[in-house]
Amino acid sequence: MHDDTPTARTAHDSQASHGSVGSYTLGFALSALLTVAAFALVMRPVLSRELTLAAIVILAVVQIVVQMYYFLHLDRRSERWNFISLYFTILIVAILVGGSLWIMSHLAHDVMGMGIEG
Amino acid sequence: MIERPGEYSLRAPAAAHHDHGHEHGESEATSTTVFGFWVYLMSDCVLFGTLFAVYAVLAPNTAGGPTPGELFELPFVLTETFLLLFSSVTFGYGMLAARAGRRRATLLWLAVTFAFGAGFLGMELHEFGKFVAEGAGPQRSAFLSGFFGLVGTHGIHVAAGLAWIVAMMAQVVLYGFEEAVLRRLMCLSLFWHFLDVVWICVFTIVYLLGVLNHA
Repeated sequence: MHDDTPTARTAHDSQASHGSVGSYTLGFALSALLTVAAFALVMRPVLSRELTLAAIVILAVVQIVVQMYYFLHLDRRSERWNFISLYFTILIVAILVGGSLWIMSHLAHDVMGMGIEG
Repeated sequence: MIERPGEYSLRAPAAAHHDHGHEHGESEATSTTVFGFWVYLMSDCVLFGTLFAVYAVLAPNTAGGPTPGELFELPFVLTETFLLLFSSVTFGYGMLAARAGRRRATLLWLAVTFAFGAGFLGMELHEFGKFVAEGAGPQRSAFLSGFFGLVGTHGIHVAAGLAWIVAMMAQVVLYGFEEAVLRRLMCLSLFWHFLDVVWICVFTIVYLLGVLNHA
């Protein structure tokens, strides 16, 4: 690789993958299926609460990947820097959301457990 | 590692290693702009991540007010979700028409996308209005503050996207598919599909988990 700048890559990569009527339609069909499945699991419960929770989270993650691939055209041909910035963002969001929930649940627990004098 | 032999067939062989895609009609300016817009979207992810964290922390605190299970109507949300999903795929068809240089088809698909997006936003505003009328406005409880903050921010993004679609339709009419117009369409396409991805998180975490936990 003679040139590692982001600029050099996107030029032909964006050209390389912009999908077709077929790929957009397939992405739509998969998304529709995953959406209906998630809503159905909550509206007409067949699983236990915990399993339903796990199932709809998994369905959401799968649908995000499907839309990233078929609509945003993030695939093996994509710009390496697109992935690096995406992974960095996922890391930041995971720390932000996970860390917030973690510390706030601890604070709530401490306040309830120890009372004002604690 | 990204450039693969097969792709050179589209280019002048001598230029393959030196140009940055000019043979494709996409200049360095376009690829830099589109990558820059991608980085903006990643920063927008962090914005939404923050609002999701706020919502997740505040959601259990309903302060004696309505709970998610009492408030949310899932068939309504499913319809909203499908409007946004339809708008995402019709925008995709519009981009294909734009790349093929078909002006009328592009304008038609953009108009269809706008209609679905406007339908989504209209339903969301209707829902907000209904909640406020029922005394479940953002000031009612921490849960509702978090709800209006998160879902409202997504709605503002959709409204901005709708204005952008109108602006791009005007540019396609006025300037045709010159490079700058195509570049802006590519950025708008990323923006619009990105909003659909964020909505997956909204309907799962806010609506589905809300109803599941507080039914």
